[in-house]
Amino acid sequence: MSPTNRTVVVTGIGATTPLGGDSASTWEGLLAGRSGVRPLEGERFANLPVRIAATAAVDPGDVLPRPLARKLDRSAQFALIAAREAWADAGFTARAGEDASVDPDRLGTVIASGIGGVTTLLDQYDVLKERGERRVSPHTVPMLMPNSPSANVSLEVGARAGVHTPVSACASGAEAVGYAVEMIRTGRADVVVAGGTEAAIHPLPMAAFANMMAMSKNNEHPTEASRPYDTGRDGFVMGEGSGVVVLESAEHAAKRGARVYCEVLGQGLSSDAHHIAQPEPTGRGIAKAMQNLLDSSDLKPSEVMHLNAHATSTPQGDVAEIKALRRVLGDELDHVAISATKSMTGHLLGGAGGIETVATALALYHRVAPPTINIDQLDAEVDADVVRGEPRPLPSGTIAAINNSFGFGGHNVVLALRTV
Amino acid sequence: MAFTQEEIVAGLGEIVNEIAGIPAEDVQLDKSFTDDLDVDSLSMVEVVVAAEERFDVKIPDDDVKNLKTVGDAADYIAKHQS
Repeated sequence: MSPTNRTVVVTGIGATTPLGGDSASTWEGLLAGRSGVRPLEGERFANLPVRIAATAAVDPGDVLPRPLARKLDRSAQFALIAAREAWADAGFTARAGEDASVDPDRLGTVIASGIGGVTTLLDQYDVLKERGERRVSPHTVPMLMPNSPSANVSLEVGARAGVHTPVSACASGAEAVGYAVEMIRTGRADVVVAGGTEAAIHPLPMAAFANMMAMSKNNEHPTEASRPYDTGRDGFVMGEGSGVVVLESAEHAAKRGARVYCEVLGQGLSSDAHHIAQPEPTGRGIAKAMQNLLDSSDLKPSEVMHLNAHATSTPQGDVAEIKALRRVLGDELDHVAISATKSMTGHLLGGAGGIETVATALALYHRVAPPTINIDQLDAEVDADVVRGEPRPLPSGTIAAINNSFGFGGHNVVLALRTV
Repeated sequence: MAFTQEEIVAGLGEIVNEIAGIPAEDVQLDKSFTDDLDVDSLSMVEVVVAAEERFDVKIPDDDVKNLKTVGDAADYIAKHQS
């Protein structure tokens, strides 16, 4: 098989999310239909129009050793925790090189973030104003730079084939996974740790998103606020956390006898060129990304049995996505079980593509689609099979799933995964 | 107010513990910040700033490079405290 045609598989999974401090508890929360959205306590959130968010179930500062945690922005803390879980889950026992089954020069890292170390930036600006320049942390720059999570994960695992950070707003995590697939497919690496992370629950980003009219203001009923496809939806709920996968060439995984969750067939990309912060309402760009995926991979629409939708719970975006799917998949959309996991995790922005890749891989591996919660009345324009109530078993045989992520700026990323 | 050398070493111990996670009792006069106490160059800036505040001294950046050991820092602080 030529280096540009190598099969890429998922061999490790890790997460820390609003539903749990690892991928197992997150997956359990998704299947149970549990909401991770909570009221935001504390004076600094008291006067905001939005006072709810899907905060992390386990505080990362309680998981990492204190001297390490204080040198990392919260977004990097999440990424490191998820990456450690994924790395161990893939069967690696030490850094590359020390674990002889992986060559450091053939190992890469691609971890994305939408906003980077925004809480570090804002908190250190407060330090500057209140305590003076001498007290500003010397770690500020390595903490706030958006490539910090990816760089810190590369330090952790000893990755020397390249460390990358695609930034494409809420599509970032999915773009990272797609980039990692390309690194392996084109022969630059055998193993890549990839995913997304975000930690932006701070009054400034919360106020800014609220003023864009993009967020749910359902402060009185936090667990019901994120409701994709429901007629009562009024915007997304911000979440935080990280989802990371270990991707590997199938050959490399076989050689070391690794457990394989699924194959990643590739990604379809496009851009809207429509508006900086609004989705193109007909779903034209999304359809184009999907078509590009079908054209560039050997995915057959008849194989697609599951879809983790982008579905943020905004009225415009959720419907545009469904319209695009119908346009490209036609009648084949009728056998696709659609899950909108943001109904439970909230919207992890640059972390969303990471955690949703984790959720999609686990759905294929366990052959079950998580439910979408909070749909009391399905929007009549949502002409598709959305899983509600209980988790839905997925068929046996070779089946594929799609993971969609779209971001402010018109970024459309569609990933396809398939059972092995 | 002047601090005794014992108080300064104990104070540095607490600072290094907070920043590098090293037990405070391991922070002794002959210990090198970088080689023994896991304090890298960026973290050393944190140690210095915390020491300045705690012991009411000014430690200019040019002098920081001469503070290799806990003993160097304790002597410097003892000599320069107001």
